[in-house]
Amino acid sequence: MIKFFLMVNKQGQTRLSRYYEHVEIPKRTMLEAEVIKNCLSRSKEQCSFIEYKDFKLVYRQYAALFIVVGINETENEMAVYELIHNFVEVLDRYFSRVSELDVSFSVLPRIHLSFFVFLFLTACSIVWQTFKIMFNLDRVHIILDEMVLNGCIVETNKNRILAPLLVLDKMAES
Amino acid sequence: MPAVSKGDGMRGLAVFISDIRNCKSKEAEIKRINKELANIRSKFKGDKALDGYSKKKYVCKLLFIFLLGHDIDFGHMEAVNLLSSNRYTEKQIGYLFISVLVNSNSELIRLINNAIKNDLASRNPTFMGLALHCIANVGSREMAEAFAGEIPKILVAGDTMDSVKQSAALCLLRLYRTSPDFVPMGDWTSRVVHLLNDQHLGVVTAATSLITTLAQKNPEEFKTSVSLAVSRLSRIVTSASTDLQDYTYYFVPAPWLSVKLLRLLQCYPPPDAAVRGRLTECLETILNKAQEPPKSKKVQHSNAKNAVLFEAISLIIHHDSEPNLLVRACNQLGQFLQHRETNLRYLALESMCTLASSEFSHEAVKTHIETVINALKTERDVSVRQRAVDLLYAMCDRSNAQQIVAEMLNYLETADYSIREEIVLKVAILAEKYAVDYTWYVDTILNLIRIAGDYVSEEVWYRVIQIVINRDDVQGYAAKTVFEALQAPACHENLVKVGGYILGEFGNLIAGDPRSSPLIQFNLLHSKFHLCSVPTRALLLSTYIKFVNLFPEIKTTIQDVLRSDSQLKNADVELQQRAVEYLRLSTIASTDILATVLEEMPPFPERESSILAKLKKKKGPGTVTDLEDIKKERNSDMNGGTESTPVNASTASTPSPSADLLGLGAAPVTSSAPPPSSTGSLLVDVFSDSASVVAPLAPGSEDNFARFVCKNNGVLFENQLLQIGLKSEFRQNLGRMFIFYGNKTSTQFLNFTPTLICSDELKSNILDLTEPLDMQIAVYALITVCQMHK
Repeated sequence: MIKFFLMVNKQGQTRLSRYYEHVEIPKRTMLEAEVIKNCLSRSKEQCSFIEYKDFKLVYRQYAALFIVVGINETENEMAVYELIHNFVEVLDRYFSRVSELDVSFSVLPRIHLSFFVFLFLTACSIVWQTFKIMFNLDRVHIILDEMVLNGCIVETNKNRILAPLLVLDKMAES
Repeated sequence: MPAVSKGDGMRGLAVFISDIRNCKSKEAEIKRINKELANIRSKFKGDKALDGYSKKKYVCKLLFIFLLGHDIDFGHMEAVNLLSSNRYTEKQIGYLFISVLVNSNSELIRLINNAIKNDLASRNPTFMGLALHCIANVGSREMAEAFAGEIPKILVAGDTMDSVKQSAALCLLRLYRTSPDFVPMGDWTSRVVHLLNDQHLGVVTAATSLITTLAQKNPEEFKTSVSLAVSRLSRIVTSASTDLQDYTYYFVPAPWLSVKLLRLLQCYPPPDAAVRGRLTECLETILNKAQEPPKSKKVQHSNAKNAVLFEAISLIIHHDSEPNLLVRACNQLGQFLQHRETNLRYLALESMCTLASSEFSHEAVKTHIETVINALKTERDVSVRQRAVDLLYAMCDRSNAQQIVAEMLNYLETADYSIREEIVLKVAILAEKYAVDYTWYVDTILNLIRIAGDYVSEEVWYRVIQIVINRDDVQGYAAKTVFEALQAPACHENLVKVGGYILGEFGNLIAGDPRSSPLIQFNLLHSKFHLCSVPTRALLLSTYIKFVNLFPEIKTTIQDVLRSDSQLKNADVELQQRAVEYLRLSTIASTDILATVLEEMPPFPERESSILAKLKKKKGPGTVTDLEDIKKERNSDMNGGTESTPVNASTASTPSPSADLLGLGAAPVTSSAPPPSSTGSLLVDVFSDSASVVAPLAPGSEDNFARFVCKNNGVLFENQLLQIGLKSEFRQNLGRMFIFYGNKTSTQFLNFTPTLICSDELKSNILDLTEPLDMQIAVYALITVCQMHK
């Protein structure tokens, strides 16, 4: 099962954290610091699976942001690796809609994101993304909850994940 | 609703967040947060009741502050209040807060449970979904108690919406994990299995996760899921890419679901004929797809495809029944071993480790030895190198043992400190197991000590001494090698220990050579004496007295050393005692007595290698290496000790180990404690007579058995699966024996029956034999014996 799901930036600030097993608050900060230290010290040629204590970490780097997932031995590492990417794609799909709908956030010029890979190659757009994530943390949590429940992958279909959120947004507008 | 902001934008929250982001320093951030906390606190305590929107906003702010890392100790009541609101957004923030900030305040738990109960009963799918999410993520015992009955009903009811079914399945899983006793198996189990056929793939995914966990504890109940899973899997795998539109990820159909189904199949043994045919086809398709040119250049496509592939390979290895599939899997992994991507190399090495222990593919795995050795030398990632070492260990057998051990020793010189001890143990085990020529074994161990002396634990050098003593042919060689090794200017203390012991026993074998005359040997050892720690010095003192026996010509030299003040008045009690006693012994004992006392060590009894036990302890129970060791123990003939046990070596706990657990075939030993009131017959006769009476003793228990001459209670036999203890009491002419069978594994014994075998004359003495009670942890049998006459 998935033990935790973290989004941490290079400076070590946790942008998103979700634990599927109870961990005490002080232990969480320690865990996050250690985990990010492990991930930062890896180079490009090393593999994305780290053995840490008695479970594994699967991490993926997107410009200045690290997404780290802790799993135990019942999960397939490759599948979780792709889950991370799927999650990021869902976020992209959702937030590109938000930037079209919500005028108050269009401080920076809107970038039409047609290709996901293109997004993460440009550093300024990743800043824009974290900016959006921080301001809509509740939405990001909802998306994560739709995909992973109780440490198990439950839904990977982008349309189905975003469906409740879109309904929510529509309700909010009206 | 106040329409201050656009919809649910929560302006206040946005402003707060930008303030925090603009803080220049940590102190400024903390100040801002505290200001906000004070504000919220006053608002919550205020007289006028807050409206839903404000409450939601403040609770959201609290959540954000919590995520920044500050502990929140108020606001829970307000969050619980939000739960009972009718607006989805407010309810949702309330649930989010509760599931992130779990606390065990009993008042609130009751209120929360109440709110959840209302939501579940409301039949509104969105509210039900929220409530179920909360239960799944929190899942405390009180919740389990309250809802464990409800949820299965929701799960299998016909009219629940798909999304609710998904949440209900995982909710049930969570409750089952935390409180399995509250979730009884019922008639809902068969319906859950049918969920695998559902149209909605999300429901199938959730149901698969649920069934996988439940099946591990109750395999019988969910047996029917196997065929359904296979048919589902084959439908997915053979579907065209346009079929599963939404679930196709970069041209791979439903990868996560396929992985889950394959994992579910690993909980069960290979299915029977018809289903197995379909499954084999399915697996072949997956393997074929891996060979085809990729449909997309994107790395995501190949990653997803490989995820399914690796899981399929695990399943093939687990079933271990189709030779051609195994060989194909092996070849596929072999290709991955040289792939550009480090991830794939890592996973390939890991999978190959499990493959190596299967008899069908062992040969195929060995063909890749060169690649693995290369990986060991050139990989930059330490975890990949570690996997390579594990794989070398797993694929080692008689033909390549020397090469592998040499490579591992090479690697040891530059290995990471944290993994050295494990490598040392592995090298020691391999060297012992596959040594055809024991001189090679002695060389290897001495090399080990030289390279990584600090990490050579006691078990390793005890073992080398045991072997040297047990085998006459290698004693001379060992003495010579050790002598040469000791001449190095800086040698490790462990080497001194081994050297001291061996020279003490077998120094006479090399004393003929003038370069290793007795005096030179003694001086060599004594030169290291003051560099060693106390236990080593104690050992060296024993060696010196043995030298007095072996080489009378240097007796005076040794006595002078023993007589010196630093020995006789040594601060350590053990050393002092030894010095005094040995000195006395050497002066007053005649040569005959001295020779008897210091006779050569008798051969050690064969017993289970403690090194293996230590390695298992290090790796932890239930890991792959552990199972390999069990399989290896099964095949090893050298490692005397325990009999092979036909354990079903699969990672998940499948149907428990077969009933013929002891593998001894025969029953546990009839232990007749010698009748205390026997006249005439000597104690010795009782034992020499035993040939006709007793079933062959399990090796290793002879000393245990002998112990019962003087004791009534104790452990009779022990291996890693079973412990047999005996307790007996005797009064006048009646005796009673309790035999305890302790289950040392975590799986239950099924059909465990002990049988009592004894010769006819003793059989008449048995008054009563109670049937063993059927317990999970321990079983005991009671035998009452009566000594008729004499």
